[in-house]
Amino acid sequence: MKRVQFERSSIPFLFVAPQIIIILVFFIWPAAQAIYQSFLLEDAWGLSSQFVWFRNYKDTIFSESWLQAAGFTIVFSTLVTFLSLALALLLAVKANEVIRGASTYKTTLMWAYAIAPPVAGLMGNLMFHPLIGDLYKFLNAIGWDFNHKLDSFDAGFVVVLISVWKQVSVNFIFFLSGLQGIPKSVLEASMMDCKSSFRRFWTITFPLLAPTTFFLMVINITYAFFETFGIIDTTTRGAPGGATNTLVYKVFQDGFRGADLGGSSAQSVVLMLMVLALTIVQFRFIERKVHY
Amino acid sequence: MSKVQLTNVKKTYPNGAVAVRGVDMEIQSGEFIVFVGPSGCGKSTLLRMVAGLESITDGQIMIDDQLMNDISPADRDVAMVFQNYALYPHMTVRGNMSYGLKNRGMPKEEINQRVSDAAKMLRIGDFLDRQPNELSGGQRQRVAMGRAIVREPKVFLFDEPLSNLDAKLRVQMRIEIKRLQRRMNVTSIYVTHDQTEAMTLADRLAVINDGKIEQMGTPIDLYNDPATLFVASFIGSPQVNLLPATFDGQHLISGDVKLTGFTDLPVSTDLVLGIRPDELHLDDGGQFPMRVDIVEQHGSDNLIYGGILGAMNEGEEETEFCFKAGQDMLPDLESTLMLGFNAERAMVFSKDSGERLR
Repeated sequence: MKRVQFERSSIPFLFVAPQIIIILVFFIWPAAQAIYQSFLLEDAWGLSSQFVWFRNYKDTIFSESWLQAAGFTIVFSTLVTFLSLALALLLAVKANEVIRGASTYKTTLMWAYAIAPPVAGLMGNLMFHPLIGDLYKFLNAIGWDFNHKLDSFDAGFVVVLISVWKQVSVNFIFFLSGLQGIPKSVLEASMMDCKSSFRRFWTITFPLLAPTTFFLMVINITYAFFETFGIIDTTTRGAPGGATNTLVYKVFQDGFRGADLGGSSAQSVVLMLMVLALTIVQFRFIERKVHY
Repeated sequence: MSKVQLTNVKKTYPNGAVAVRGVDMEIQSGEFIVFVGPSGCGKSTLLRMVAGLESITDGQIMIDDQLMNDISPADRDVAMVFQNYALYPHMTVRGNMSYGLKNRGMPKEEINQRVSDAAKMLRIGDFLDRQPNELSGGQRQRVAMGRAIVREPKVFLFDEPLSNLDAKLRVQMRIEIKRLQRRMNVTSIYVTHDQTEAMTLADRLAVINDGKIEQMGTPIDLYNDPATLFVASFIGSPQVNLLPATFDGQHLISGDVKLTGFTDLPVSTDLVLGIRPDELHLDDGGQFPMRVDIVEQHGSDNLIYGGILGAMNEGEEETEFCFKAGQDMLPDLESTLMLGFNAERAMVFSKDSGERLR
């Protein structure tokens, strides 16, 4: 067989150039910069710097505040991912069953998708405001001594609630389209094979949604790790006492508020490695159990 | 061994569309019934109502003298084979076949026994641990049948199960379905729009048109003795030849064509004469002059198509006839053949009502 030979040309490189440039400028360069900075100790004005090998890493990872932030990040991401997926799945299944006014339901549920995280945070701020916040008043009225400015659990509750609310609409859209992609005849066949609709859901519908769920899980963990920055920055700012600091927010705080560029860089490198490991785990172990 | 009884069954969709307009039917134990009709005639809806997948607007469906109207599909003890197989894509062949039994709480040994028996019968034993997407269309069809067989239901329902297969496989599977049904002797209802499938599979055939049963009977009765114009034109391949005509007391007249041998027909109403292509024969004194248009050679026989000269026609075109002849008969195109027929075997219908006149 004759192999197809293309003339050497620079045109293919031109086509991929925009993507390559974006990766270089917005990922490779900052990442390299962060790795370089993470080995330096710099004064607050950036006038002098000193090469300190792994001291920044040692100081970072073994500091209590970093471990606290790491712990909070894990709990926070798990809660946000699980709750927003579960709620969205429930809403999607219910919306999928609605016959009359279905598009109204769907549109209403999708609206929150268009809201940027900081805006969601600002809205949450208003609702939880100690003087004018309705939710603040409501929670106190039902007997919960609620004060997210002082209590770390309450503060965590606020950021989780807002983050979940913001993310449910995205998950809802994907779950709904996933549900609608399940062939009707397969569901009908299962109706003849299994009487309990609850059992049908867990044995037929849910496994067939697995690709969607896996995809959303990856998206949601990334969201909880990184994109909730805007929500935390507009609501608690890591307060009280760093209780709602996620790793990303701590990178920002230490670097830009605390002017500790070296420590902040070391943290972001560690974060990068964590996300890399997480992604590998997800694709290696979970994707195997997913049927496409 | 179960009988199925439909009494004045009706289906109206919420948007007002009427799919089934009142069907009465009694299906005996072990009988193979085929619903046949054009698409949109309501045959699938009727089957799905028996399955429990569509609600029943009015009337009764009984299986073994038990009212089924409000019983869930899983509790009706019926199994269905779907057009697109509807296999569970995330389960193996074995999983697909045992799913319904597991949900009914059957012990594991019995499930395994039934699955392996059915797999043997359908020759899918080698694929039990494969996923449906690793199988060919014909194999998937077998798995879908296996899923129905292991249930050992009172009634098998088939919803156009062969229409996704290629022509050769379709004939093979058709024979296999018939053989299986004979062996298992389970009451079966089979929906198809393919009249060959209908003729070959059915013990009795129900021709459905516009939500009603036009006629029900054995395939050969429906072929030889259709009650309506619709049944006559739907059953039989190639289609029956139809000629618009009127009766003057002695002759059946269609344009310049005058046919003798008919009596007792209403005068001055519009009639339609129906003659099967194999009822025509070459006859020098025949009454139909046919100008040969197309000759199709099918091997054992030739189908000769052409217009009947001088016959009354509906529109611009001449009334076209099909004449089934032996393989030696190869007339020149545009030549004229004289065709005769046996008036005893010809069918006359009223044009307006479609009813057969005898």
